[in-house]
Amino acid sequence: MKNKNFSSVLASIIVFVLAILFLFPFYWMLTTSFKSQTVAVKIPPEWIPVNLTLNNYINLFTGPALRWAFNSFFVSILTVFFVCFFSAMAGYAFAKKEFWGRNTLFWIMIATMALPRQVIVIPLYEIMIKLGLTNTYESLILPLIAWPFGVFLMKQYTQTLHSEILDAAGIDGSPGFKIFYFIVLPMVKPGIGALAIFTFMSSWNDYFWQLIMINQDLMKTLPLGVAGLQTQHTKDYGLIMAGSTIASLPMIVIFLSFQKYFQSGITMGAVKG
Amino acid sequence: MEVKYLKKFRQIVEKMKKGKEGYLFIAPSFIIFMIFTLFPIVKSLIISLFEYDLSSYKWIGINNYLVLIEDKVFLKALINSFLFALFNVPLTIILSLFISITIHPKKEASKSFYRAAFYLPVVSSIVTITLIWKWIYHPIFGILNFIIENIGFNRINWLGDYDFAFPALVIVLLTISIGQPILLYVASLGSIPKTYYEVGRIEGVNRLQEYRYITWPLLKPTTLYILVMTTIASFQTFAIVQLMTGGGPFYTTSTIVYQLYTTAFDFVKLGLASAMGIILTLIIVLISVFQFKFLSTDIEY
Repeated sequence: MKNKNFSSVLASIIVFVLAILFLFPFYWMLTTSFKSQTVAVKIPPEWIPVNLTLNNYINLFTGPALRWAFNSFFVSILTVFFVCFFSAMAGYAFAKKEFWGRNTLFWIMIATMALPRQVIVIPLYEIMIKLGLTNTYESLILPLIAWPFGVFLMKQYTQTLHSEILDAAGIDGSPGFKIFYFIVLPMVKPGIGALAIFTFMSSWNDYFWQLIMINQDLMKTLPLGVAGLQTQHTKDYGLIMAGSTIASLPMIVIFLSFQKYFQSGITMGAVKG
Repeated sequence: MEVKYLKKFRQIVEKMKKGKEGYLFIAPSFIIFMIFTLFPIVKSLIISLFEYDLSSYKWIGINNYLVLIEDKVFLKALINSFLFALFNVPLTIILSLFISITIHPKKEASKSFYRAAFYLPVVSSIVTITLIWKWIYHPIFGILNFIIENIGFNRINWLGDYDFAFPALVIVLLTISIGQPILLYVASLGSIPKTYYEVGRIEGVNRLQEYRYITWPLLKPTTLYILVMTTIASFQTFAIVQLMTGGGPFYTTSTIVYQLYTTAFDFVKLGLASAMGIILTLIIVLISVFQFKFLSTDIEY
């Protein structure tokens, strides 16, 4: 008995230390972001900053950072809207409608999810150039709408609804879209909530594709802009950390306010994933 | 014969007419999916058989693949991608399982503190994580070298050293890998009925046996899922390489995706880069199939 307690206390201590180690980089980012260039590189470092300054943030926001933040929000919100709406529609059809080729079409979509996205990047780049869409919002949004994860998630979710309710609504001759909009959509809201958060996260934190599509400074998103800071201001760590803070803060706030959705979204996606 | 086919064709048309609404509902997703995902997948395979620099196509058959097999830089990147997975995947599973089992019996408040702490690197942009670590690893002003020097060791050029750059990146990769598995494990642990453990206790099993014979087998489907997902993600390592080391020093941290990126977008050899993409895809699909086949035999869903 004594032994058991000892090992579980030891495990708890290790996990606590690990958690601190995981949180420390964020603490270090935040504190560095309030340090001037000279204070940031002081040795020994100021573990708890005394000479605070807002200059890094002021510099960022008088520069293009505000525009980058707008781009990130705009692209992410539009992506979320389209992914959720289209996925809910397709998920509903795949789960509840009868049509020829339904399973084949569904499995074609799902099978591509197992492939690494990098494999489509080159033809996609070619398409975007041909359509004249490089350095546009569309080029960042369209490929994310085309990714079938949302359809998969919404199909799984819609399947759990009872068909009787939908059939009953169909009897009084309501057209299909009305049934979807007024009956199905409200019922799948929790699923959409989880999907919305994941889509927002993957759009907000996308880097690989954005790096390929965007090279104009004004069209950059926060991750691109902040990554660019380190090549332009190699030595200004306060500024780079301030940029990093701005780039991650919205997602952290969303995560802390919607923790439950993250949990349910991850476990839903994992069901026979 | 022809009549038979015609009849069948008519039947299909009839069926399709009946399902009209279904097609309309999937149309927005499916059309965009066809243009921006399905078509590019097929096209990628085709481009890999050409020499292509955005202006002209030249058919060269499997030549791109032959070039890659003999390309030492690509082979190094290939090996590194395997090594990233080889180190990151077991460490992720062991660490996340250990953390999950430890925090599972705790009160809801502290459970959500730990979940948040370990999930924070997942929600933060990969760019942010990379830049923070680059700052921590900084050879002169980095906090890590400050600590190392204070406990009596020599400072290390973490990202520029032949021996340390790779492990330094594995640590960063690990910190972004364990968040999701912890959420999954904690959820799975919560769904194991308490009676299993009660029966175990009556039978007189100890803690270790409990993990070995009750917890571990019941977590197996979750573990398999985490295994496959983490392997796939490890093979796609890109941003931390591009922003921290640029593949160096001496290609010790270069990965397939990093090579693909530079080949396509710095050197505009799109055929060659596509061949890399196809190789990456084949590797990932083969490993996933292998993992499912050999590890899911005794799992009942």
